[in-house]
Amino acid sequence: MRSVLVPIVCFPGLAPARPVPWTSGPTHRPSRPPAPHPLECSVEDLWVRGGRILDPEKLFFEERRVADERQDCGGRILAPGFIDVQINGGFGVDFSQATEDVGSGVALVARRILSHGVTSFCPTLVTSPPEVYHKVVPQIPVKSGGPHGAGVLGLHLEGPFISREKRGAHPEAHLRSFEANAFQDLLATYGPLDNVRIVTLAPELGRSHEVIRELTARGICVSLGHSVADLRAAEDAVWSGATFITHLFNAMLPFHHRDPGIVGLLTSDRLPAGRCIFYGMIADGTHTNPAALRIAHRAHPQGLVLVTDAIPALGLGNGRHTLGQQEVEVDGLTAYVAGTKTLSGSIAPMDVCVRHFLQATGCSVESALEAASLHPAQLLGLEKSKGTLDFGADADFVVLDDSLHVQATYISGELVWQAEAARQ
Amino acid sequence: MRLVILDDYDLASEWAAKYICNRIIQFKPGQDRYFTLGLPTGSTPLGCYKKLIEYHKNGHLSFKYVKTFNMDEYVGLPRNHPESYHSYMWNNFFKHIDIDPNNAHILDGNAANLQAECDAFEKKIKEAGGIDLFVGGIGPDGHIAFNEPGSSLVSRTRLKTLAMDTILANAKYFDGDLSKVPTMALTVGVGTVMDAREVMILITGAHKAFALYKAIEEGVNHMWTVSAFQQHPRTIFVCDEDATLELRVKTVKYFKGLMHVHNKLVDPLFSMKDGN
Repeated sequence: MRSVLVPIVCFPGLAPARPVPWTSGPTHRPSRPPAPHPLECSVEDLWVRGGRILDPEKLFFEERRVADERQDCGGRILAPGFIDVQINGGFGVDFSQATEDVGSGVALVARRILSHGVTSFCPTLVTSPPEVYHKVVPQIPVKSGGPHGAGVLGLHLEGPFISREKRGAHPEAHLRSFEANAFQDLLATYGPLDNVRIVTLAPELGRSHEVIRELTARGICVSLGHSVADLRAAEDAVWSGATFITHLFNAMLPFHHRDPGIVGLLTSDRLPAGRCIFYGMIADGTHTNPAALRIAHRAHPQGLVLVTDAIPALGLGNGRHTLGQQEVEVDGLTAYVAGTKTLSGSIAPMDVCVRHFLQATGCSVESALEAASLHPAQLLGLEKSKGTLDFGADADFVVLDDSLHVQATYISGELVWQAEAARQ
Repeated sequence: MRLVILDDYDLASEWAAKYICNRIIQFKPGQDRYFTLGLPTGSTPLGCYKKLIEYHKNGHLSFKYVKTFNMDEYVGLPRNHPESYHSYMWNNFFKHIDIDPNNAHILDGNAANLQAECDAFEKKIKEAGGIDLFVGGIGPDGHIAFNEPGSSLVSRTRLKTLAMDTILANAKYFDGDLSKVPTMALTVGVGTVMDAREVMILITGAHKAFALYKAIEEGVNHMWTVSAFQQHPRTIFVCDEDATLELRVKTVKYFKGLMHVHNKLVDPLFSMKDGN
């Protein structure tokens, strides 16, 4: 069988040679804890075979082969595909709605977010009654991406084991605490965990440590959020295995200098040696003030994970929409509860968040791209295959113009979305 | 012997690249007629490679019908080590041009039988019809390839132990750790290069000035192996002003006086676009 190599021009001289692998090879070999080495852009060809990124030097000297096919990217930027670990729905679809055909809703969103540069995501369910979990969770299996849509990495279950005070928009009636058989209670609520990748919980709930240990032992990432935990409780949760913070600043105690709360994890010196704490950031320009974004980024740039936390109004366009029992009015990148000025949730696509983040923090282009790709991949322990253009990684990548607008999206080396302008 | 003196490194690099380009195009390479090119590594030829890449990218020059043979490679250094000459050639030249990987020959310093590897390399050169143009650089001690001072001037491709000076100079590429620096290399011999139909030596920088003096103004001497090319019927030294600092004024003036003749070799610069 003839293998296809697709070399693509990448990184138009934004910086000197990349470290040996995003070249280099993409010389970019993130480890845990991630070394503070932001990947650098350089003019480089990206080679792909069999859906994975190939080391062309090895090919040249060992297989003595050249590319079968070349695609000119016009000197645009190539970056790892974006990964959204918190998205509640979009295009009118609410992942938390227990319909008979959850799959088609997820498929619709998966397909449409390709245009945002998202190549994989964690569909997120907000606090729901057990029967909803039992119905919905089995219907959203882990699934590879492709022309049909972005890949599903597993569900993010946000709640119901969260704080009553910091529940935000989560329905109070369905909140739960851990009872005597803490983990069994969680299993009874969620059902089988095969499709689950992230669980957001409040660590101050009794027996949470037992639950955190059980979840992390099963490879499920535990995120702290919707919580009134103080720093000590948050640190203890990290010692038990928690690695993520759900939408930093939102739905947690505000920063206080004598007890910085969960926010304090960003600079804590009481964490296990070498552990990197990741934190989700909604960089839509509305849900997090740019100054707060900068504080977090400057304190702990390696842990920043851009999330959309998008609600079903994502991608619906301006005007009034009915979503479940709620009337939502969309105006640009802001969604209000209809007739009010109350924010109803975020609707900024991932590529918009990347651009806003870049502009608000003044970070490097590489750092902005990593916050949407490498960091979420590291969070999920997928950094060898996703969120990187290292040799051997999945060829999930986006083609961006200099202002970071997505021109094309590739999954496993296959073109899955292209901007109108690029098609001509 | 020709000595071509340019004002600075960039101009010397460009002159050398133009010369190589014109030689390849004038040869009219084709499917049954490959141009064979010997190639060096090191910092000196980088500028020359950049220009050749530029000619290729602009469509003036193709390496489709060119076979290359590299001078040397370290022994025991992984092929993909950033300091290996495989990595050097890939990053600085091969990945930018259209050469067929089957035609790019570099000694394998990790071969199980190193002498057999060297013998096979000589055989491959012979099978390719010998080398049309061998491009080389030299070390401050006048070595060509890894033919360190004292090497036989009729040597063939073989395993060489590196001089301590070379090992010390290389340490900077290996975290300053002498224990990581390769101490042996496979290298073409002086005789291997002498067999080429034409030899071009690039010498730039004041630190190479004494070597250039030894190469052309004194006698043939195995302690300055590059001096062997005084005996080669077609050798061209390309240098910058700095490299002439140890030469006699008379020598420099004589060769500078010939520049208008030598420049005809590179002007006009041919292009494959012109159907040459």
